[in-house]
Formats: sequence, structure tokens, C-alpha cells
Amino acid sequence: MRPLSIFNGGIHPDEHKLESSVKPSALAPLPKQLILPLQQHLGAKAKPVVQAGDKVLKGQLIAQAEGMMSAAIHAPTSGKILSIGLHPVIHPSGLPESCIILQPDGEERWIEHTAVDFRSLPRAELLNKLRDGGIVGLGGATFPTHAKFNIKQDVQTLVLNGAECEPWITTDDRLMREHASGIVQGIEILRYMAGPVETLIGIEDNKPQAIAALQQACAGTGIEVIVVPTLYPSGGEKQLIKILTGKEVPSGSYPYTIGVACSNVATAYAAHRLINHGEPMISRMITVTGNVKSPQNFEVLLGTPIEELIQFAGGTLPDSNGYIVGGPMMGLEVSNAQLPVVKGTNCIIVKSSTLFPAAPSAQPCIRCTRCAEVCPAELQPQELYWFAKAKNLGKAQTYHLFDCIECGACSYVCPSNIPLVQYYRFAKSEIRANEKDKEASNLARERHEFHLLRIEREKREKAEKLAQKEKAAREAKTAAGGTDASAIDALREQVRETARPDSELTKE
Amino acid sequence: MLIALLVMSVLALLLGAVLGFSAIKFHVEGNPLVDKIDAILPQTQCGQCSFPGCKPYATAIAAGEAEINRCPPGGEEGIQKLAELLGRDFVPFGEDTAAQKPKSVAVIDENTCIGCTLCIQACPVDAISGAAKQMHTIIEIECTGCELCVPPCPVDCITMAPLPQTIQNWKWQSPVHILAVSK
Repeated sequence: MRPLSIFNGGIHPDEHKLESSVKPSALAPLPKQLILPLQQHLGAKAKPVVQAGDKVLKGQLIAQAEGMMSAAIHAPTSGKILSIGLHPVIHPSGLPESCIILQPDGEERWIEHTAVDFRSLPRAELLNKLRDGGIVGLGGATFPTHAKFNIKQDVQTLVLNGAECEPWITTDDRLMREHASGIVQGIEILRYMAGPVETLIGIEDNKPQAIAALQQACAGTGIEVIVVPTLYPSGGEKQLIKILTGKEVPSGSYPYTIGVACSNVATAYAAHRLINHGEPMISRMITVTGNVKSPQNFEVLLGTPIEELIQFAGGTLPDSNGYIVGGPMMGLEVSNAQLPVVKGTNCIIVKSSTLFPAAPSAQPCIRCTRCAEVCPAELQPQELYWFAKAKNLGKAQTYHLFDCIECGACSYVCPSNIPLVQYYRFAKSEIRANEKDKEASNLARERHEFHLLRIEREKREKAEKLAQKEKAAREAKTAAGGTDASAIDALREQVRETARPDSELTKE
Repeated sequence: MLIALLVMSVLALLLGAVLGFSAIKFHVEGNPLVDKIDAILPQTQCGQCSFPGCKPYATAIAAGEAEINRCPPGGEEGIQKLAELLGRDFVPFGEDTAAQKPKSVAVIDENTCIGCTLCIQACPVDAISGAAKQMHTIIEIECTGCELCVPPCPVDCITMAPLPQTIQNWKWQSPVHILAVSK
């Protein structure tokens, strides 16, 4: 039995997992229209390679990765590209983003695709395959997987995240129960890239069937399934690494610096589909739950609008008032049902005032420090709150604001109902914007200084040229007073050469 | 009595020597205050402060010749930062200061441009590309939105376009604002 080292704090919110986890997952029917945002991953937007009116096949590349931190996007089904333009996407701003709109033709015709033997490929080529296959971290952060595994040396430990600690969400649970052998084959691909000494899968103890299924699939592979206690947020990357290995990821740094690579089980499964079946990332498992008739998990094509997805789950019940994309702790509340699901969408919860009563209004902070007791990142949330509220951004940074994972445990326990995470998000985005402005103003300063320097130089050069001309003219004049005729001619020639455009001097 | 005097004078000499040495050893070239003020200013180089650029304004503030409320692009936040740095009180914008505008970039109507190069000469950050009798265009990411290129244009083909809000430059609002709005 491996000793576990539990992180600081954590909370036990109501799980609400059974609503959606008891039913096997179903394949979502083809929607009327697919809306595919070009930004479905962390990093640079993908670049479209199709035009409006083009006919595409299922799995065909429609937008390619731009640079290292990006991932490709593929047509989730065969059909016609209607347009490429702005459409609202899942984002707290509610602003539109460039999307490719695809009209399915209902034929589901695949593009030619083949499996590859990953063991015959060098690591670099395998990474390119992942990028061009559009594989990103499906735990929520959508970090491009090829960038995560582009590491110089082999890691000590490969951690697979099957904790799924957030209430209501059961996608990984269902995936592990139904596709355990696929996940293990995907893990083999990640193992081949990272070369770890040990491979660990962490699963919370509230998923006994998933644990049993993976234990069976892992038999004889050397992959260890480790049961971790149910405690929110054990599925946080840094938190799970701490539980399983006892190592802490340093502040502001990535797991590979301590010899660990961490990936979600769903990402491993997506890698398996890509490499062993040739199918790029075109669909994912999504939990549809909350105030709907029959909560269930669905294998959903990317780009499906939320509204149609809810229809697959029997539609909403009365008293529904909005949607949460993701879980209730870290998810995003949206009201527009036309938003398309993307690679990072793991759950759609339909809200109702009985399931999610409106938060009571915030009271002043009484400095009880219960937030600090539950903070899994060992921060001082009450101090961060004061600094963020007073816009004392520098101080917030010295209190390690950027180590905050926005898990919401502090807001959950706050007796004053202060929306703490919102303050941290505000402070973080303010700091990022300030840094951007600073960069821009430094660039402007540099360019202005160079501009002044250039003008100065031009002035000086002009003055020098003029002085030279005058000097030459004077010399010519004195020489003209002498007797040596050939010398005079030579000097005259010289004057003409240097001062041709200047009519005054040439006249002399 | 004599010993005490001796001790004190030796101490005084010693400390004096240390001070004298550090004055030479740790001497600071230039005026660091000007650079600190300049770092706060937004570097639009627009001249709305009545000085020919940000650095001259910073120099004037450091010399005590100018008020700290003369920079509209820096906003009230900029005044706050200057006040903090200089240990002065916050001063609101005066009546004579130009109104604050949203961050914009210049746009040249390329069909109307006659290629006179006057805007190129006016641009303080060399953000306009073009040559005599050739069409000019603004390098958008370099443009500080100073508007200095607008008046010299003989055919009025330069306009200022406010930067649109996108997902990339969108910011979270402070929850305080949200509460204030809902009330």
C-alpha cells in the first residue's frame, strides 16, 4: 500500500454523481449544425484551411495548428462548410469568436484514416501527430498534449488523473467503466513518450466500478491504480501529484520540473483513438445533468449547441434558469443555449432555483480564516481578498495570487458569502493586462528613442555634408588665386562633383 | 573626559570617512527619479501634456516644474501612481486638460492617401510605413494612438479607430462594480 500525502484543506460538497453515472453513456445524435470555434485550446488560435462552400469528410482537417502552442481542429462529421465567422462561444465575456460553421450531410462519411504503430515512430514525430490530431488536455485546461510531453528528459512518474472530484460531473467515471482497455492503450502511448519509471492512476474512492474496471485492464502492465479519498479538489493537477507522489510542484512552475507528467484519463483515451485507430479529436464524453428529464453521459460531436444536447437528455424540467458549463465549483454560468460545446467542455448542468439557490448577498469579511484552512494551494485567501479589493495588485502577487487554482473552496466555506474567486480572477486579469500595457509602452519608448536618435543622426549628417561642401568651395577659391592651372581644374572638378545639386556653388 | 573626547572624535572621523567613501563608490549617474516617472507614463508620446514627449514631461515633473495631472492617456490611475511615487497628494485632471479617450489606433484610408509622407514625419514611434508618392499604412501594433499624424494630413484621410473589445483583451470586472450596477 502506497502512503498517500493529502494536500492542505479541501472540502466535501454534495456529490450529486449518481444522477448521471448510473446510466451507460449514449451516442448523441447528429445535430442540425456544428459550430467549431478556432480557439478550443490554450495558446494560439488554429488557422482555417477550408473555405465556405467546401465539402468536408468526417475527420478531415479544417483548421491547422499555428505554432507550438496550438492544436488542429477537424470536421466532426461529413458535410458542407456554411461559413467562417464570429459566433458566441463559451467564455465569461459572452463575446463572439471566429468559428467554422458546418452543415452535416447525414452521411457520416469518414476520410481515409489508418492506425500507426507508435513504437516505430520517433518521439518528435509522435508529438507532431498529436498536434495534428488535435489532442489537448481534456481535464478542463485544454493544454495541448504535444506541448506537455515535449520534455527534454524522461520523467520519474507519469500521473493519470481519474479523480474527477467536482460534483455532478461523471464523464471520466463512465469513460473508465466503459473504455478501460482503450484508456490503458492510450496510457501506453503517453508512457512511450515520457519514459516514466512508474505510472500511477489516481481515482477517488467514490467510483468503485471505475476502479475495478481499470484494475482489471491494468493487470500485468505495471500501471498502478491508486484509490484516493474523496476530497475536493483532489483532481487538481498539483493536488493529485501531491497525494500520489508526496512531491509539491514549485510555485509558478510546471510538474515536469520535479520529474512528473500529469494527464487526464480522457486525454489518454483520445490519444488511443488517434494513434491506434487514426481518429482525430472530433468528439468527447459530456455529462448532461441537473434539472433535465434524464441525466446521462453522451459521446458528443464537438460543436454541438448546448440546446440540442439538452434535448438528447429529454429536455429541461420546469423551473430551469440557465446553464452551468463545467461543474458548480469551477464552471461558468451561461444563459445562451446556442453556445457550442468544445474540447474543454466536460459537463452541462441545467440550473434551477431549487438545485442551485441564489447566493445570499455578501457580508463583510470577519477574518475567520476558514478560507485559509481549506485552501488546497496553502494560500491566505483572506489577505488576497483584501489586496484584490483594494487593487493592491503588487501585494497580491507577493502573496502568490497566481498559485490560486480558482477551485472555489474558499468561497464555499466563507460564512460571509464573499465571492472570493471573482476577486482573484479580477486581480489576475488586471495584472495580466497591466503587464501587456507595460510591454507595449516599453516598445513605444524604445521606438521613440530610436526615432529621436535617427532624426538627430540625419541632422548631423546633413550638417556635416554642408560643412564639407563649404570647405571644398573655400579651398577652390584660394586655389584659384594661385598659378597652377591644372590644380585649379582638378579642384573645380571636385567641387562640381560634391556640390552638383547646389546651384550657388557650381556657379563659382 | 579626555578619553571621551578622543573616542567621539575618532568615531566622527571614521564615520565621515565611510560616508565619503560611499558617496564616491555608490554614486548614481543621471536622475533615477526621471526614469521612474517615465516608467509610469504610458509612452504614447502624444504631447497632450504640452511637453514634446513623455521623457521631457517626466523631467519637468522631477524638477517640480509640472503638475502630475497633465497626462490624459495615463488616466487617473496614472496620477495615482505618480502621487504615490512622489509622495504627493492626488490631483484631479484640470479643466484645461484634454478629455480622456478610449485607446485607439490611427487608420489611413488607403484610397484617399496621396503619399505625401507628412504623417510619417509626424509619427513619434515610426509606426507608419510608406514612401513619397506611395500609399502609406499604419503598423497597428506599433501605433500608440497619439493622434499626431491626424492634423498634418492634407487630404484628411487619417481617422482614429477605438480598439474593439475581444476575448483576447477582455478583463474580469471587480465584483464591487457588479454589486453597484445591480443596485
